[in-house]
Amino acid sequence: MPAVTETLDTVQSVTQSGYKWGFETAIEMDLAPKGLNEDIIRLISVRKQEPEWMLEWRLKAYAAWLKMEEPHWARVDHPPIDYQDLHYYAAPKKKPGPKSLDEVDPELLRTYEKLGIPLKERALLAGVDPDTVQQTQVAVDAVFDSVSVATTFRETLRKAGVIFCPISEAVREHPELVQQYLGSVVPVADNFFAALNSAVFTDGSFVFIPKGVRCPMELSTYFRINARSTGQFERTLIIAEAGSHVSYLEGCTAPQRDENQLHAAVVELVALDDAQIKYSTVQNWYPGDSEGKGGIYNFVTKRGACRGARSKISWTQVETGSAITWKYPSCILQGDDSVGEFYSVAVTNNYQQADTGTKMIHIGKGTRSTIISKGISAGHSNNTYRGLVRMLPGAAHARNFTQCDSLLIGDRCGAHTVPYIESRNLTAKVEHEATTSKIAEDQLFYCRQRGLSEEDAVGLIVNGFCKDVLKELPMEFAVEAQKLLAVSLEGSVG
Amino acid sequence: MLDIRGLAASIVGKPILKGIDLTVPEGEVHAIMGPNGSGKSTLGYVLSGREDYEVTAGSVTFNGIDLLGMEPEQRAAAGVFLAFQAPIELPGVNNANFLRTALNALRRSRGQDELDAVQFLKLARAESKRLAMPEDMLKRNVNVGFSGGEKKRNEVLQMAILRPKLAILDETDSGLDIDALRIVADGVNALRGPDFSALVITHHQRLLDHLVPNRVHVLAHGRIVRSGGPELAKELEKSGYAGLIAEAA
Repeated sequence: MPAVTETLDTVQSVTQSGYKWGFETAIEMDLAPKGLNEDIIRLISVRKQEPEWMLEWRLKAYAAWLKMEEPHWARVDHPPIDYQDLHYYAAPKKKPGPKSLDEVDPELLRTYEKLGIPLKERALLAGVDPDTVQQTQVAVDAVFDSVSVATTFRETLRKAGVIFCPISEAVREHPELVQQYLGSVVPVADNFFAALNSAVFTDGSFVFIPKGVRCPMELSTYFRINARSTGQFERTLIIAEAGSHVSYLEGCTAPQRDENQLHAAVVELVALDDAQIKYSTVQNWYPGDSEGKGGIYNFVTKRGACRGARSKISWTQVETGSAITWKYPSCILQGDDSVGEFYSVAVTNNYQQADTGTKMIHIGKGTRSTIISKGISAGHSNNTYRGLVRMLPGAAHARNFTQCDSLLIGDRCGAHTVPYIESRNLTAKVEHEATTSKIAEDQLFYCRQRGLSEEDAVGLIVNGFCKDVLKELPMEFAVEAQKLLAVSLEGSVG
Repeated sequence: MLDIRGLAASIVGKPILKGIDLTVPEGEVHAIMGPNGSGKSTLGYVLSGREDYEVTAGSVTFNGIDLLGMEPEQRAAAGVFLAFQAPIELPGVNNANFLRTALNALRRSRGQDELDAVQFLKLARAESKRLAMPEDMLKRNVNVGFSGGEKKRNEVLQMAILRPKLAILDETDSGLDIDALRIVADGVNALRGPDFSALVITHHQRLLDHLVPNRVHVLAHGRIVRSGGPELAKELEKSGYAGLIAEAA
């Protein structure tokens, strides 16, 4: 069966009953003892066979983190997190560094197959007319708890000059690039969770697109949390040299558990002159049950630097999972005429909480940014858009357009919009539009009268509401995201 | 056959329908006329299952099954279709996609195979053409930015594609010019046959010239005050409702 059909079937089957990615893989794990201290950081560094400079970098971050306090300004609420009660390293036991797919533990391959993620190198879109779809292949890096278990299509990418590998490998194989860029967009002491990540990050993806190269296929990373009482601290670094292009996707799921698990990632993007990075996320961490028990705390720092003139960074996110989402993918528009975009759909249901948005920092002349945010709240959930647009004195003729729309389903949920606008340049222009609406009874009745079930009707209306964002997603993800939206809102009406 | 007996219904405690008795045999088209506020639209909503209305007495069976115990989508699956007086806008929802989703939901519930995008578009284009509708109507968002006439024609297009067994047209002719009126009437006439019946709610004799009903019923104050053949509509056009209502009261 073509992979994409499998993926769709997987997603479709979910429409029947809740979260279907909640299974656990039984696999022998190499677990670090619980707790966080310098010895644990040294252990991680040894496990990753890191050079000395990397360990020093981690320890510096740890020292900074010790002096910091957990932030509480977001409109989210959770019991205190015991940072000493987590495992900071969890990896399936096996020979180090999968050299080829044949070496990957078959249990892991089955796990990813079950998740609908093809780790075999085949066309993801097999069965789709090749005339209408040019990019038929997607390279996948699969991260399981603390380690990358497989990266596909590496040979094909190497021929194009593209480096796509686990970041732990990049630290060893491409130290000059990692040292130059790691922490250059999100400094080690940027914020509490970023500092924690910098101290204990275990794996994630590294992407380097050399000058003038258009990446020949979509790159994607699939994150899976499996082990109990672990935190996942992934780190992703994408560098696009002058004139290069890359489109990158990430997806994430976790087993269904009563406990809350912490996921604190850092993603850094660097775009040089005329480079373009498109970063898409479909976030589907376990959201907790309908009573608000369990689920992932998704506390993530994502930031892109448009360092070069005319460079462009585009964030697209569909956030349906996690008990709590705290995430503001941002763009630092340093290069003249550089462009930042943020397209977001955030769905909260039951007792989920999301405080998400973006920051657009305009530094260079003629920089432009667009923010389209669609928040959907159902059940007892709370959904906040928090966005900052800052025009610095040098940002002559810079422009921003922001549109924030909120959709409420039922009357026990909340939607909040918190825009921060700071302009220190008189020629800069900032526009902000916001709407809040409810799914009208007559819209639901109209759909049901035509034969749609209530849930299908909600799915259809919600997808219509999110269309401006969904159309920014690469095609195969767009279809998946649409189905996911319907699933996330299951049981939200009636 | 649609069989309505002693049907009473109210909205927020206010009685609107006060005992309707009406039988529409298979293959027949019946017109419902009457002054504003007499309960015509309520009848359409109650038959199709709108939740705001509370049925306080009576029964409705359609081909032997109890309609009132069913969800709106189950009634749709049983073949009930309501052409809305004010069709609803669905922003961002493509008309063709909406219709295909609806048609496939109906087909699924009837144990038929679903249509793929290509098969559906072929069907939808043919029906659009037959109803002289511009093809871009399928590509636009459901009723968004449609003129009043376009909305009504979109309802008829949906009806043509979904092929109901019982169509309830709630003032589908209001606000239409003569040409559009003919298209609407043709749309209903094309479905006429032994398995199709319709309740046509209208204020105007004009529509009934093109869509000749088997029976005409006059609704006033929540009751049917008079029933007759097509000639009753002509009579009403001349003399109005006043005499009839006074007579019934």
